[in-house]
Amino acid sequence: MSAALLSLRGVSVRFGTVQALKNASLDVCAGDVIALVGANGSGKTTLLRTLHGLVRHSGERRVADAAALQAMVFQRPFMMRLSVWNNLRLALWLGGVPRAERDERGLQALQRMDIVELRDRPARALSGGQQQRLALARAWALKPRILFLDEPTASLDPTAKKEVEALLAGFAADGMTLVMSTHNLGQAKRLATRVIYLDQGEIQVDLPTAWFFSDRVEGRAQQFAKGEMTWTIE
Amino acid sequence: MDHRMKQTPFARLGRRAFAALAAASFVVAALPAAAQDKFIVMASTTSTEQSGLFAHLLPAFKAATGIEARVVALGTGQALDMGRRGDADVLFVHDQVAEEKFVADGFGLKRTPVMYNDFVLVGPAADPAGTKGKDIVAALGKLAAGKSEFVSRGDKSGTHAAELRYWKAAGLDTPVGKVAGYKECGCGMGPALNIASSTGAYVLADRGTWLSFKNRGDLAVLVEGDTRLFNQYGVIVVNPARHPHTKTDLAQAFADWVVSPAGQATIAAYKIGGEQLFFPNAGK
Amino acid sequence: MGAFAESFATAFHLIVHADPVLVRTVALSLLVSGSACACAAAFGLAGGAWLAVARFPGHRVLLMGLNTLLALPSVVVGLVVYLLLSRSGPLGSWGLLFTPTAMVIAQTVLVLPVVAALSRQLVGDSLREGGDQLRSMGAGPMLCALLMLVHDRWAVVTVLLTAFGRAIAEVGAVMIVGGNIDGITRVMTTTIALETSKGDLPLAMALGLVLLAVVGVVNVGIGLIQRGTGSALAGVR
Repeated sequence: MSAALLSLRGVSVRFGTVQALKNASLDVCAGDVIALVGANGSGKTTLLRTLHGLVRHSGERRVADAAALQAMVFQRPFMMRLSVWNNLRLALWLGGVPRAERDERGLQALQRMDIVELRDRPARALSGGQQQRLALARAWALKPRILFLDEPTASLDPTAKKEVEALLAGFAADGMTLVMSTHNLGQAKRLATRVIYLDQGEIQVDLPTAWFFSDRVEGRAQQFAKGEMTWTIE
Repeated sequence: MDHRMKQTPFARLGRRAFAALAAASFVVAALPAAAQDKFIVMASTTSTEQSGLFAHLLPAFKAATGIEARVVALGTGQALDMGRRGDADVLFVHDQVAEEKFVADGFGLKRTPVMYNDFVLVGPAADPAGTKGKDIVAALGKLAAGKSEFVSRGDKSGTHAAELRYWKAAGLDTPVGKVAGYKECGCGMGPALNIASSTGAYVLADRGTWLSFKNRGDLAVLVEGDTRLFNQYGVIVVNPARHPHTKTDLAQAFADWVVSPAGQATIAAYKIGGEQLFFPNAGK
Repeated sequence: MGAFAESFATAFHLIVHADPVLVRTVALSLLVSGSACACAAAFGLAGGAWLAVARFPGHRVLLMGLNTLLALPSVVVGLVVYLLLSRSGPLGSWGLLFTPTAMVIAQTVLVLPVVAALSRQLVGDSLREGGDQLRSMGAGPMLCALLMLVHDRWAVVTVLLTAFGRAIAEVGAVMIVGGNIDGITRVMTTTIALETSKGDLPLAMALGLVLLAVVGVVNVGIGLIQRGTGSALAGVR
């Protein structure tokens, strides 16, 4: 196992009276593509947000390199009421990218996600799939060490889903570390190197993908892996 | 969040914005100082302003001395309060008793008489209370005995003070509660006339406001010419010992000019519809 | 009904002939209320944004206080500012009483709560939608709030127009701190009050119509700007 970029030890998160995450411990290592799976309300989003540093928690969260960038893509991307290009530039500014490099990196990002011709359109007028690609462009342009994604294809139509998955596969192939939550087991199988299964705020299983989908896993996790819970495999 | 120096772009922006705001504040603060010609603040009464006298008198004063007089028009009581607070440089009001107390209490330098105008009793042309004539005290006596409505300014103004003196002379220490149709509005002369006009009530008004009042309806002058109805104006310079910021020299220039032959002639020259409103009597 | 017809005719006549005293009065009204709106915008938008993200103990009490100030009577504001600026008051030496500056100060105090409370609401609502995203991108809480003001800029314009409307239509504050001095601190609303008290009701109404017309022109102007630059980026969702 290569050195951990990011570690959690005994992390718990509580929102009011609800215990969203119980005693979570895990390491995110360079080159990992981690799929967080589990039922609605199992704590996937909370775990993701906690890893990214957005949530107050008890327990220990350690980042190996404090200067390394992380980025996150949400299920429904939030775009400012600005053009595609200005949304991108804003992200570059917030991410601390030096002024001289912004234009170039922005253009590269648009090209990589294949949305260059949309650059002057109002970002909020784009289709769901296009907005998600813009969100990926926005994240990728920062050259993050770790990219977090919260159900990135859940609200997309099948064509858009395929496009986004292809882009993510490309990122993984380039060596970017990805942590994504998903309802889509097929997606987990296709993209992930490692699957973490959550149930009621606790990490139940943390295994390499092949193992997760084999007979080595038992109980609810096994039911989940075999798709016997309430969603479809695509 | 711990993984980048995220404060840098915002901090730069924040510092620039703060500098701009600070610079703008300095400019705005300097504006009043820049626009400083010679001017004084004069507290006077609404009835005097509404008579139109100042529009006639003050340009002449400015032409003679180069000083601009800025009039804040309130009731006499409020004008004197303004003088006590030091917010006015000179007072020009018409309540001799209150003015003399003002000076005696040390708020003003000296009271000098300037001019007089007169009050009139105004009421419905049909005059149901039978007040018409030349005797104000008798008229008020008839109003007290009857049921007709009477509107009082009730605002500590010179007019209000005069009105109360006439009621007293008619035998009523306070008309409130004793005169059946007595109503206090706590308002200026114009609004009081408005109320009288719409409800057919009687009201004591100064001739100046009456002559310029446009909403007369059914009202007409019923009692005039009684010497007790004469209303004396005085000018007082605010005492700098109490309020060192007041512009005593400029205020004194006004006090001197308005009792000078030139000032007195200007007052006499002011007419509405050919009728003289104010009668200069400084030094008489 | 005759008074109304006369007022419309007088208003039309005044506007067409651009009576110089009227023009000067209108200009002063616009200057005073516009400046107050600008000051209230600077402090109110920043304050509203801050309140949307501030989480110190007692911030809820501060918010309730702010909402209560929305109902501040203009006369009360006028009195408070008068007592502050009076020569016997703490700031008397600044010599601001009975100047247009005092009127700007009073109107700023009056509309500041409006701008702060409404912008706080706007920012809070938008932060619920996109706050996480902006924080994830590296913006601190205050920067997130300010970015939301940019994001909601057309709603902010409406808030400022509301504040401007409240300022230009009020008479209580400017009357007390300005003194309604002819040629110096006489604005549209105090002129209307004066003409009403002099009994010239048709003229007072006519001036009221002129004031409405002026504010109407301001609104049309803003609308045209919005059509020209904003709606393209106003966003579909």
